[in-house]
Amino acid sequence: MHQMTLAEIARGLADKKFSSEELTQTLLARIAALDPKVNSFISLTEELALGQAKAADARRANGENGALLGAPIGHKDLFCTQGIRTSCGSKMLDNFKAPYDATVVAKLAEAGAVTLGKTNMDEFAMGSANESSYYGAVKNPWNLEHVPGGSSGGSAAAVAARFLPAATATDTGGSIRQPAAFTNLTGLKPTYGRVSRWGMIAYASSLDQGGPLARTAEDCAILLQGMAGFDTKDSTSIDEPVPDYSASLNTSLKGLRIGVPKEYFSAGLDPRIAELVHNSIKELEKLGAVIKEISLPNNQHAIAAYYVIAPAEASSNLSRFDGVRFGYRCEDPKDLTDLYKRSRGEGFGVEVQRRIMVGAYALSAGYYDAYYLKAQKIRRLIKNDFMAAFNEVDVIIGPTTPNPAWKIGAKTGDPIAEYLEDLYTITANLAGLPGLSMPAGFVDGLPVGVQLLAPYFQEGRLLNVAHQYQLNTDWHTRTPTGF
Amino acid sequence: MQWEVVIGLEIHTQLATQSKIFSGSATTFGSEPNTQASLVDLGMPGVLPVLNQEAVRMAVMFGLAIDAEIGQHNVFARKNYFYPDLPKGYQISQMELPIVGKGYLDIPLEDGTIKRVGVTRAHLEEDAGKSLHEEFNGASGIDLNRAGTPLLEIVSEPDMRSAKEAVAYVKTIHALVRYLGICDGNMAEGSLRCDCNVSVRPKGQAEYGTRCEIKNVNSFRFIEKAINTEVRRQIELIEDGGKVIQQTRLYDPNKDETRAMRSKEEANDYRYFPDPDLLPVVIEDSFLNDVRATLPELPPQKRERFQAQFGLSVYDASVLASSREQADYFEKVVSIAGDAKLAANWVMVELGSLLNKQGLEIDEAPVSAEQLGGMLLRIKDNTISGKIAKTVFEAMASGEGSADDIIEKRGLKQVTDSGAISAVLDEMLAANAEQVEQYRAADEAKRGKMFGFFVGQAMKASKGKANPQQVNELLKSKLEG
Repeated sequence: MHQMTLAEIARGLADKKFSSEELTQTLLARIAALDPKVNSFISLTEELALGQAKAADARRANGENGALLGAPIGHKDLFCTQGIRTSCGSKMLDNFKAPYDATVVAKLAEAGAVTLGKTNMDEFAMGSANESSYYGAVKNPWNLEHVPGGSSGGSAAAVAARFLPAATATDTGGSIRQPAAFTNLTGLKPTYGRVSRWGMIAYASSLDQGGPLARTAEDCAILLQGMAGFDTKDSTSIDEPVPDYSASLNTSLKGLRIGVPKEYFSAGLDPRIAELVHNSIKELEKLGAVIKEISLPNNQHAIAAYYVIAPAEASSNLSRFDGVRFGYRCEDPKDLTDLYKRSRGEGFGVEVQRRIMVGAYALSAGYYDAYYLKAQKIRRLIKNDFMAAFNEVDVIIGPTTPNPAWKIGAKTGDPIAEYLEDLYTITANLAGLPGLSMPAGFVDGLPVGVQLLAPYFQEGRLLNVAHQYQLNTDWHTRTPTGF
Repeated sequence: MQWEVVIGLEIHTQLATQSKIFSGSATTFGSEPNTQASLVDLGMPGVLPVLNQEAVRMAVMFGLAIDAEIGQHNVFARKNYFYPDLPKGYQISQMELPIVGKGYLDIPLEDGTIKRVGVTRAHLEEDAGKSLHEEFNGASGIDLNRAGTPLLEIVSEPDMRSAKEAVAYVKTIHALVRYLGICDGNMAEGSLRCDCNVSVRPKGQAEYGTRCEIKNVNSFRFIEKAINTEVRRQIELIEDGGKVIQQTRLYDPNKDETRAMRSKEEANDYRYFPDPDLLPVVIEDSFLNDVRATLPELPPQKRERFQAQFGLSVYDASVLASSREQADYFEKVVSIAGDAKLAANWVMVELGSLLNKQGLEIDEAPVSAEQLGGMLLRIKDNTISGKIAKTVFEAMASGEGSADDIIEKRGLKQVTDSGAISAVLDEMLAANAEQVEQYRAADEAKRGKMFGFFVGQAMKASKGKANPQQVNELLKSKLEG
């Protein structure tokens, strides 16, 4: 039962082969048995899940239908869930029960999805390995000694371990796509503004975007359908109609122009990954796509720009965690300054503190122009590169990551080495474009992902390409041993 | 040495919107602490701001009223600092691209001249909450009801040269925002707060002296006192060989002194940057035109109209035009009584002092414009004298009804029958025969003084009802005779 995809679950529930309650119980039991090895959940919400499952079964009995009605999912633990701990993977919010539901959570609940739990993540979504969580590192089900990627490592590991068919996640610099690549999943970062950020605890507001993690493009389409849409509570959400993502999955790829940026295949990319990317390009060519070399000349500046903008926004976003109204407060503060210093010093982990300091520095008087403004200029150049490229091609393809998942602890103490792993994913966030990672093979038994990028609001196109690819390949069907 | 005072002001006006600038919470003053604080106002994790259009409209109204450039492309920025009553750890404000650019205000001074004061900019921002330091046994309480209330911060050029000019400027702003209906102007409740930047320089020197900012001065009287005190402090300091240090100071009205809060070196680096949660606000011409169409007649136009239409002095016209309610009251009185100068005088002097004494606003006046206008008609048609009118006015103020009722009931109608007046005068002169003798023996200058005595006696004898003009004439002929 745990091997079913969202699409298969929807069919099974519609055909009354099993109930949502049975499925929920099965998966909860599976998580209880196996998650200690993986550590993919911060909180399990059994009671909520069983209640939602029964309600979904009742709705189905009343003749209601819907791809998400009774479907078990998990939420990355930065989506606020009313009355349930929403920790952001941080000691700072270990005691925080959100007083409201994020829009994404409310929409999915409305569609009948069943929340099994809140998934582990890098603290405040800062990390590419899921090692910075206050609740411990998440392990990659494909090799428990390796990282699952981050920051949505818990969501990815839980889906890869077949604890859940799909989970919500967020992507600020690759936090959906990179863990998808590392755990053999399909993950989509939508266009900035496609999914509401209300109730999604901010890391870097201008880059953060929620999206689905699942095994197949088909499932990503189902979950995204439930997440996407304009929200008056989020001024940056965009009032653009949401298309039927499942309806366009079967569009032919004949004549589709796919661009391959030459800058993506330079030094730093594992040649074995390069080969797998080329294989997938050939596969798409066989399906009728036309391949074209393109150039994204400012790609090389992306990491530098990102690691100014994201920490700058974070330094401000995380100011509200001051020990005054919610979250961690230090013992016996002497005075106000002591309260601030110790609550934040003790409540935040090392990487979060590092990014707050970097960001505060980049915004400080005398440095603002040299760092923040310069980074914003680079951001515009990167966007312009993409705009020019999309005049010539419909989709851009390349590796999701330069290397496969590394060993837990391998990059500890070397933040720059970890930052460099985001090379290919960061540009989509800087430009606000949608991007998808899909399974494309294995290196040393570890999954490898291929990334597809498309123009604004072309999520349907990305899902369509990935689905056609998945109809003709079987990488995405592979299951990690022991799960 | 002759010193010149240079003053620039930053005025924070709370905009009179129904809800807060970035959340749907109400903005009513004086509610129970934290009953008007939503998830957004509390700065809960994951919440986002949504701009209140009404605040933008009000800011644009102000900008149009001071003939300013309106920023077409508006950006909100975060001003980052830690304080317990600032829930997010930053205040959403505007830095580089404010909604209102350069404009100006013409302020009427007491000497009847008009001074033009430049407005550098005005920008939208959210107010912080309040820290309450009493009643908590040594701990502090935080009330976030005010957090997120929309503010328009109006920054002037350093154009004012005295505390009096500064007060005149604040009064002009105060009147303007109330005219526009964008702020209730209640300074006691903090709806309009003022920071005063003060410096001095030797007369004739081109460059400015080092300035100090006096924070949060919240009444016209204190603004004047705080500035004068600070000016004295700076001049004494310099004349004693010292140097003014740029700093933020607080005015203590009890001791009438300013005290240093923090100096520039200790000042926060606010790390301003554009708020990524809010899109730039683009103001279209059509929106500007819509707002322009809703602008009422404003104080300067009204003042000019009052001068031209009613022949009032600059000062009288500007006093009457200083609040919309007062101007409306005045115009109603004129429309009934038909005599603008008489109406101006009564509204400004008698009604003014009555309101002052009772601590009332003009819209709470115990004498309505209709009542006052009706009374002025009786002055004009000689039914009552100006002196009796004061009695009638007092009676109206204590609720005795219309002027006509009061005149009738109290028998205050003026005596204009010359026979009757003559009889009163004869009786009075007979009773004061000695003084009459002295008068007749006196020279012209002395007579002038003594004449007033007889008029007073005559009015007293007639219980004030005799027509003063007739008394004058008859008395003169009788005494000469």
